Amino acid sequence: MDLTQAVILTIMTAATPLLLAAIGELVVERSGVLNLGVEGMIIMGAAVAFAVAKVSGNPYLGALCGALTGAAFSLLFGFLTLTLVTNQVATGLSLTILGLGLSGMIGESFVGQAGVPLNEIAIPVLSSIPFVGPLLFNQDIIFYISILLIFGVSWFLFRTRAGLRLRAIGDNHHSAHALGTPVIRTRYLAVMFGGACAGLAGAQLCLVYTPQWVENMSAGRGWIALALVVFGSWRPLRVLAGAYLFGAVTIGQLHAQALGVAIPSQFLSALPYLATIVVLVLISRNRRLTLMNTPACLGQGFVPDR
Amino acid sequence: MRIELERRRQQSPLFSIFSPFLALLLTILAGVIIFWMLGKNPFSALFSFFVEPLTEVWSLHELTIKAAPLIIIAVGLSVCFRSNNWNIGAEGQFIMGAIAGSILPVLLPNMQGYYVLPLMVVMGMLGGGAYAAIPALLKTRFNTNEILSSLMLVYVAQLFLDWLVRGAWRNPEGFNFPETREFHDYAVLPELFPSSGPTNYGFVFAIIVTLLTWFMMRHMLKGFEVSVLGQSTRAGRFAGFSNSRMVFFAFLFSGALAGLAGISEVSGAIERLQPVISPGYGFTAIIVAFLGRLNPLGIFAAGLVLALTYLGGEAAQISIGLPDKIADVFQGLLLFFVLGCDTLINYRVKFVLDRAVKEGGAS
Repeated sequence: MDLTQAVILTIMTAATPLLLAAIGELVVERSGVLNLGVEGMIIMGAAVAFAVAKVSGNPYLGALCGALTGAAFSLLFGFLTLTLVTNQVATGLSLTILGLGLSGMIGESFVGQAGVPLNEIAIPVLSSIPFVGPLLFNQDIIFYISILLIFGVSWFLFRTRAGLRLRAIGDNHHSAHALGTPVIRTRYLAVMFGGACAGLAGAQLCLVYTPQWVENMSAGRGWIALALVVFGSWRPLRVLAGAYLFGAVTIGQLHAQALGVAIPSQFLSALPYLATIVVLVLISRNRRLTLMNTPACLGQGFVPDR
Repeated sequence: MRIELERRRQQSPLFSIFSPFLALLLTILAGVIIFWMLGKNPFSALFSFFVEPLTEVWSLHELTIKAAPLIIIAVGLSVCFRSNNWNIGAEGQFIMGAIAGSILPVLLPNMQGYYVLPLMVVMGMLGGGAYAAIPALLKTRFNTNEILSSLMLVYVAQLFLDWLVRGAWRNPEGFNFPETREFHDYAVLPELFPSSGPTNYGFVFAIIVTLLTWFMMRHMLKGFEVSVLGQSTRAGRFAGFSNSRMVFFAFLFSGALAGLAGISEVSGAIERLQPVISPGYGFTAIIVAFLGRLNPLGIFAAGLVLALTYLGGEAAQISIGLPDKIADVFQGLLLFFVLGCDTLINYRVKFVLDRAVKEGGAS
């Protein structure tokens, strides 16, 4: 494997958690719900995935439990915002605060221990294609899932009846309700899907990216994922592009730090966050375009009338 | 069985008052369950978490020191939230306020006199306000989501502080420790009752800020403007209020207060800059704001309650060997319960059996 390949590979590994969390949140937001608890769901997924993988010795079981934890955790948010119609911004924040606290307690006894990494699965024949093969077809299972999810979600949202219903709910929940579409139930499912994706993103962090448990290891990725959804203007393929762009920025600054570039490391570390702001500005600048893409009922509570 | 909501004709006066208390009660119940699951005696654990810190004069002093920044930040945030602007980067504005206010004692240590402290406070507020102006500018000029931009700036501020104390501002006589020189006496916020404990004028700031903001929101046109624009931008426009000016006002107000909290914290409690100067006050203050129902007087009480969770977390770590992260867990749970209980103010919650719904013909 040459250097270019190695760099691209690290970029892909850095991009996968962002991609997973963002594609989950994309579905949630398309249904009209704004869940700011992505960061909390990622870190909970990471803590549980690490603990389960460590105790059972099976990283696949760990990843599965990470995803399930994310989904279960998101139900807390779902119950409050969907059943009790609380403020979505504040509820999402409390999910993040709670997740950071709980994960710290779960992970406390695992600090400093070596993790159980997920191994690559080489796909026969395809993985021996020169250059592209080792990059795309010799990866861990979470990478394959992330790519399948992008195309799966894209197909679901724009090619199936259920996807159309979900988008309708996000754009006008009153009309959708009047037509007999189950608004609350659909949103619950979307929120749980988002939770599972975020949990899996967390599992990737502690089983693939850096196989160990570090407190607050999600380091703002949940928030970057939220920004990626806006960046991708709620379209899966653009989110894919955005995630890889951010993976490149993250890895680029790490390489620059390693090479000892004459810029203080803190400024390089701040790059992904600054890049997020710049990208948000560039995308949102065009008010008409933003208004056209944003799900119209995003963040609004819905109480069915009878 | 399902849960259905029925909108009340008017807000329930009963739950308007009792919902925060109900939330506290539910949090304590959840605490009992958590302690029990961790194999600790729930009642002695709760005692050392919530009661013990209140039994000694020394820890009461600590309580005011922790409560002051929470109250100051949360009062600012309440105005911002009421105007329907979501500044969740108070943590970053706190840090930037602390940095801006520390310019004098760190870079000009020979400038000494009674005028230094007031200047530091003003510079701290300017620093926090200026940092908060960034998301406001991006929101008004470029339509950028203020939640994300203000939050991203928190990470940037933390890294900037880290760079300062390890690099340009590091104490030349500090044996390479990542901290600035200690503030000289004129730059330290005086203690209120030096004979009994370390509480300082930060708590007085909290009282003043609370009262002034309460007065503004209750008796001044500006407060009315905040509420109107917060509830309906359209209605506000008819009244001649400008929404983009309100965005700036809300962010500058909450940012300046976060900056005030920041400079009070470093000049009162830490007396120097170091890589980490806040245990997450900027985020906890969001909980304080909601627990206080976005009312300055309520926030004052809520700040004391949340300060107690910090002390309780430390106590639980020492006396019953629980990780201090338990404080975060309590804070997160508390916000959940506060938000959930607030639903009772506007809605009647009904438990409906599924069969009954089918008979009614609707779902």
